Amino acid sequence: MSAKSEQFETALNPSWCPGCGDWAIYRALKTVFTELDLRQENIAIAYGIGCSGNLASYLNVYGFHGLHGRPLPVAAGMKMANHRLTVLAAGGDGDGYGEGIAHFIHQMRANQDITYIVFDNQVYGLTKGQVSPRGQKGYRSSTTPDGVIEEPINPIALALANNATFVARTFAIDFLHNISVLKRAIRHKGFSLVNIIQPCQTFNHLNTQHYWRQRVYRLDDNPQHRTDDKMYAMEKAFEGPDPKYPIGIFYQEQRKSYEDELPQLSKKPLVQQKPEGRSVRRLFSSLQ
Amino acid sequence: MSMTKGRKQRKNKKLLLNWQIGGEAGFGITVAGQMFSRMCARAGYFTFDYSEYPSLIRGGHNTYQVAVGIAPVRAAYAAVDFLICLDQETWRKQQETLAYSAAVVYDSQYVKIPASVARRKKLTLYPAPLEDIARRYENPIMRNVVALGMAVQLLGLDFALLRSVVKTAFGDKGESVVDLNMQVAQAGAAVVGARRFRRFPAAKAKKRALMVIDGNTALSYGAIRGGVQFYAGYPMTPSSSILSTMAKNARHYGIVVKHAEDEISVINMGIGAGFAGARSMVATSGGGFALMSESLGLAGMTEVGVVMVDVQRPGPATGLPTWTGQGDLRFVLHTAQDDVPRIVLAPGDPEECFFLAAEALNLAEEYQTPVILLSDKLLAASASSVLPFDERRVKIRRGKLMKQSRLRAGAEFARYTDTADGISPRTIPGMRHGMFVANSDEHNVHGLVDETAAMRTLQHAKRLRKLATYAKTIPEQRCYGPRDAAVTFVGWGSTKGAMLEALEQMNRGRVKANFLHITHIHPFPIQSVARQLKHAKRIVGIEGNATGQLAGLLRERTGIAVNAMFLKHDGRPFYPSEILEFFQRYVSKK
Repeated sequence: MSAKSEQFETALNPSWCPGCGDWAIYRALKTVFTELDLRQENIAIAYGIGCSGNLASYLNVYGFHGLHGRPLPVAAGMKMANHRLTVLAAGGDGDGYGEGIAHFIHQMRANQDITYIVFDNQVYGLTKGQVSPRGQKGYRSSTTPDGVIEEPINPIALALANNATFVARTFAIDFLHNISVLKRAIRHKGFSLVNIIQPCQTFNHLNTQHYWRQRVYRLDDNPQHRTDDKMYAMEKAFEGPDPKYPIGIFYQEQRKSYEDELPQLSKKPLVQQKPEGRSVRRLFSSLQ
Repeated sequence: MSMTKGRKQRKNKKLLLNWQIGGEAGFGITVAGQMFSRMCARAGYFTFDYSEYPSLIRGGHNTYQVAVGIAPVRAAYAAVDFLICLDQETWRKQQETLAYSAAVVYDSQYVKIPASVARRKKLTLYPAPLEDIARRYENPIMRNVVALGMAVQLLGLDFALLRSVVKTAFGDKGESVVDLNMQVAQAGAAVVGARRFRRFPAAKAKKRALMVIDGNTALSYGAIRGGVQFYAGYPMTPSSSILSTMAKNARHYGIVVKHAEDEISVINMGIGAGFAGARSMVATSGGGFALMSESLGLAGMTEVGVVMVDVQRPGPATGLPTWTGQGDLRFVLHTAQDDVPRIVLAPGDPEECFFLAAEALNLAEEYQTPVILLSDKLLAASASSVLPFDERRVKIRRGKLMKQSRLRAGAEFARYTDTADGISPRTIPGMRHGMFVANSDEHNVHGLVDETAAMRTLQHAKRLRKLATYAKTIPEQRCYGPRDAAVTFVGWGSTKGAMLEALEQMNRGRVKANFLHITHIHPFPIQSVARQLKHAKRIVGIEGNATGQLAGLLRERTGIAVNAMFLKHDGRPFYPSEILEFFQRYVSKK
């Protein structure tokens, strides 16, 4: 780690289990911020609740460690208030696809220039390993001792169907690939989803690092891979995890961001506009 | 003119007419009512509008009432003395509210009024084939305009004034639409001919100076003047018009207005915007507020100021969506887990809505905590005529917002540093050397997770101390009426209007009454209220809920127990006449 990336560290030592994928994501983010030459004070991250959310205490940027399932609307509010900030939302798959699923769906429709990072380990880690909406059918956990009946949620397909303009999946352990995708996600002007497969060493003994290493492959290893074809991307979204599970950028398009379509923000961010000096006399006149 | 259902009372000298139009939803009841109200206000008379409607888009039974006076009218009156019935249901439901010698304009094709009732109440009837007349102009929906024309003629009002309000209502649709409306109104006037029901004396207020404004509009304008920058909402009766008013004015005033997918998103967006440095407000009703509970705690814990408006309606659950009530007091005081510091304000009329909305935004930023504004359907949706508020009285205060120049490299900014008054200086994203984490977990002075006993004690006490600081600034609560009163009513919110009207009547008699109106609910203004009630002889709690929530709070905070309670929880407003009746019964008991 270079001295430059150290600026993104707080004084607190992360408390994640040894071997947790969160360590790799943490390192990746520090590298990404450094390589993108971002200033700490211009980064604002909204975190959910879970092991992933604890990242809030380790990254030295403006952070908001909010409620379980709710980083997305907080990030949305931050971005509308100051669209010059680099805004991220970060949370787990239980947080984002369980508790927070409504915000996930509606946020994508808006295309705010926010990067949403989902730490996908198919369980609720911090509460000790219950199956999450990403758990495969039959997964046994303390709340589903006979195997979960539901099929897993497919966030990539949901994102594609719902007008997201940047849709990606990565694997925390493919460190360099993850950095490359995260950089592109943050640079993308519009809503970016990066669903990071991140093995939970302690509670998920099925979908281990080894399990995923056998299955993941990079989409852009194929020279024919394209990111401008939604139907092709949708086919890829339904691929795997057996026998192979694609990682990389499924789809990307340029569309005006939500903030670009707010004339109120065309000259200055909201927080740089003065709240003083507004007269409502003309409004009173309209009621006379 | 009598004030109660058919019984003769002392004449109310200021009230000229209590006018009402009723019909099916979709019959243009509201439009007609608003036009009549605005006409009277432009003529210089004072008006108070009150509307009732079920939770339907078509059908059902809607009424719009306008009380017209030569001095400010602050409440709806029960007894109607000019009724327009566009359907039979209006006659069926409203006949009991008719005063003696009232006038009834009605659609002769659809409404049958028994002669015996007309005789008993000495009614003057004005039947006309309203729908048929409107059909002549190919618009049966304009039956309401025919009736309006009849009303204007019967009351000797100025048709030029009617044209001016029609123009305001429909002017954007073109002059031909205005002309058509006037033709239809004149057709109604022609039916009346030379007959007159009542003539109004000369208006005391200057013509055209009065504006007709309801509580939601006043609250919205107060927020705009008070510098709201981010507003998020989700439609919920009776708060929805705040969202649409804000949306309508967003571009002009540079406000970002977001209609979000649910109330949880609404409040979290408001908090995110507030964290990033925007003055932030959200509004809803009880059910939406319930969804915001956990997030209210989040705002309190992360010390982000947001204004949260609850425009009450009766519950529980879906309750009575289009009716009024005051049942959420205890709810907003206590909701969210553990002790979350909050400020609760309750305006009682449109003017207080305006100024308290602006003040709420200031308090939210100064005390870095949620500020709750309680309103209700009666206040929100009842328009009354009033002189424009003096916006110069509104000043913007932003509290301990750090300046970039004071932030130094090296030292980590301690966002949650302990202070004597409990308020820590805050930075906003973008400020160099100002980074911190706003944490819903218990945290240290930098916002990083900290579960030690010492830090928990420090932070929790600090947050709560902010309220003690604020409590010292709470203004004196107002008591209306003579100091030396036999009965002191204590109430809050929209009850103010009916109480002030009733006080005018009560205090003409020998036995006097006064009214303590509490606008600053939490922290409770203990000293002010104790002072005001020190010499009270008998105290009556008056409020629109079943359990006397304010009376309970009063006792909890000051030890003062009310002697009696006058409670109403049927979804309808307090009427001055029923307060008067209660008072007369109460003082005749020893």
